[in-house]
Amino acid sequence: MQFEQYNPEEFYDEMFMAKGQPRPDASLLVERISSLSLDELQRRQRAAQNALFRIGVTFNVYSDSQGTERIFPFDIIPRIVSAHEWAWLETGLKQRIQALNLFLSDIYGEQKILTDGIIPAELIHSASGFLKPCIGLQPPQGIWCHITGTDLVRDRDGQWYVLEDNLRCPSGVSYVLENRRVMKSTFPQVFRTMAIQPVDDYPSHLFETLLNLAPPGLPDPTVVLLTPGIYNSAYFEHSFLAQQMGVELVEGRDLLVADGYVQMRTTKGLQRVDVIYRRIDDDFLDPTAFRPDSFLGVPGLMEVYRAGRVAIANAPGTGVADDKVIYAYVPQMIRYYLNEEQILPNVPTYLCWEPEQLKYVLANLDKLVVKAANESGGYGMLVGTQATPAEREDFAGRIKAAPRNYIAQPTLCLSRVPTLIGETFAGCHVDLRPYILYGNEIYVNPGGLTRVALKKGSLVVNSSQGGGSKDTWVVAQTSEEPDIVQQRSSQTQTLESFESIESIE
Amino acid sequence: MLSRVADSIYWLNRYVERAENIARFVDVNLNLSLELPIGTVQQWKPLVITTGDLDLFRERYGEPTADNVIHFLAFDPDYPNSILSCLRAARENARSIREIISSEMWEQVNAFHMMVQEACERKALSELFSFFAEVKMASHLFAGVMDATMSHNEGWHFGQVGRLLERAEKTARILDVKYFILLPSVKDVGTTLDELQWMSLLRSASAYEMYRKCQHRITPQSVAEFLILDREFPRSIQSCFLQAERSLYCITGSSPGTWRNPAERTLGKLRSELDYLTIEEITHIGLHEFLDDLQSRINMVGEKIFETFFALEPMS
Repeated sequence: MQFEQYNPEEFYDEMFMAKGQPRPDASLLVERISSLSLDELQRRQRAAQNALFRIGVTFNVYSDSQGTERIFPFDIIPRIVSAHEWAWLETGLKQRIQALNLFLSDIYGEQKILTDGIIPAELIHSASGFLKPCIGLQPPQGIWCHITGTDLVRDRDGQWYVLEDNLRCPSGVSYVLENRRVMKSTFPQVFRTMAIQPVDDYPSHLFETLLNLAPPGLPDPTVVLLTPGIYNSAYFEHSFLAQQMGVELVEGRDLLVADGYVQMRTTKGLQRVDVIYRRIDDDFLDPTAFRPDSFLGVPGLMEVYRAGRVAIANAPGTGVADDKVIYAYVPQMIRYYLNEEQILPNVPTYLCWEPEQLKYVLANLDKLVVKAANESGGYGMLVGTQATPAEREDFAGRIKAAPRNYIAQPTLCLSRVPTLIGETFAGCHVDLRPYILYGNEIYVNPGGLTRVALKKGSLVVNSSQGGGSKDTWVVAQTSEEPDIVQQRSSQTQTLESFESIESIE
Repeated sequence: MLSRVADSIYWLNRYVERAENIARFVDVNLNLSLELPIGTVQQWKPLVITTGDLDLFRERYGEPTADNVIHFLAFDPDYPNSILSCLRAARENARSIREIISSEMWEQVNAFHMMVQEACERKALSELFSFFAEVKMASHLFAGVMDATMSHNEGWHFGQVGRLLERAEKTARILDVKYFILLPSVKDVGTTLDELQWMSLLRSASAYEMYRKCQHRITPQSVAEFLILDREFPRSIQSCFLQAERSLYCITGSSPGTWRNPAERTLGKLRSELDYLTIEEITHIGLHEFLDDLQSRINMVGEKIFETFFALEPMS
């Protein structure tokens, strides 16, 4: 099937520079796809989706009382990132994680960044993710954010931005691994001819990252993955990762604190647990330290953690850096802790607690996206370009009542990738979530989860909103090329289209 | 292994086995009702009586007609022991231990659940015979897949114990159904009609052919003896005990004939009693009374297993 009809239009297209002109790293793939008939492509698309269904790659929908599992729709046209560009992204991500980790150490320690006046102290104290019980904690090797899933987007001119850092319990990596497995059987020849960087060693890296946290001197530390249980939307992933790493998948009720250690109940008695990869939120970890109504956690866990007798990944308290107001200060953190300039830029962010910026936000509500600082998953958000005047007015009232809780960003126009919908290729908007592990050193899994808005013209890539996913290929360079990343469009472009990305969890 | 995981694999197997046995005793009644002389009233109440949930049934359905009872036992989503509910529970359990069991087992439970759910939506009475046969087959398939694809490790043995205890208890119950089935009059005992009923009963336990190989004549006593005391027929109660005990020893590492925990002790005691029991003694006690007592003792074994392996509390 030919790409003749496919038009990138005025968007940044990840596969084509212009109509009929594939990007150099995509040309082999375009050639290969063009050699297949529509029937054949559709057949492979169906086969890929059936394979995912059979494996049971599903997510749960919260609103569904039956707790039904659904498949995350999958498109067989991959998203390509050139190795060169990837190297730049990787450096940028590493820099960012390093700075964020130093920030977390500092903020739960000496708080120098506050005394030096880089970040106003009241912003930290008013952040709901800032957990007082974590003050003074010293996690093993000084690492707080072991697993990160940074959301990246590309605007109309191809410029990359960091949209969110997701330092708590980012999900989605199981799709990356399963999508790749399916793609290898979908386009085996392409894999033979293109040098696509493998992603399959993620579970091994994850396991090493977790082992790295175990108290030294233990011959065979016990690592477990703590899940909220089968009704959690990401349960498949929890079970998948535990299986891939060969560790126990535990629920809160499997664990208890006894003799000063965290122990799990086994058929042969209690067994000590040394490292917990937790996939439950901070608030629920320990009812005696945080939410007393939590049944998901382990009473007394924080005591043991504080005594250094169990390691937790990610460390409790990392959520403070996910606050969207704090996010706005990441460039300052990079300067402050690393004495470097940021490589990956933030989306320009207006902070409503600053009176000047608030005034601008209120005057431009019809052009901006306003987000609640402490919410994720698209809650508490106003999309100015799509909202009615009444909705905008209502939101303006909410912002004025609690300016600290809101930020605003210009509406970005996400890049697109051709996607097989029905009988044609349609340009669909995408984002990218690479997964970063902070163990002995920082490792970035090459690629990440590309989420795609499958509804025509839609900009929402959320899995519950008809979003799907694509495999992401980091492809080795075929020839010497100009530095396309640093190259910016000379035309000034206004950011007028709206974009909203919601996280899976 | 984690207590919760052991518990889930134990219940996964119990629920699959339970669904199979419900299919068996609904099936036996469907068969019996076909053989009753024209004009006799079909008897569905005994089925509900043996579940122990007669009051619940009365409250929800009223009269125990064929349709009501079949719906109750097979498709009632709110009755926790219906075939549909069993499969739902089995699937939930399987889902919580997906990383422990083989993917083939997971796929089979999934397919089984889907099959029952689809049947529940159709509910055509004409398809009922094939439905109960399909349920039995799906359960065998699950057991076979588990045997052939999962390591025979601790978890597997917990699954075996669950399946075998459930089977022993339900074989007792199937046998007990006959006690409640009234013959048209007392003088019919020992007649062709009575014999037909015992044959149906054997068939519902898939025991007919195996029985015939060791007993030629169908007498109530020898049918009961076969289903309770036979050491080789895999659905007989004693055979289930023997195998369950073997699995328990594999889990704990104790030597046969000894015990180190209440679970081993209660099961071992039950098994050894049956070793030396004769069918005459059972008839002397009264078959119904014996089966009733046996069922509560099997439940006791289940409780001891729960206390010993699953409900672990730290020593204070």
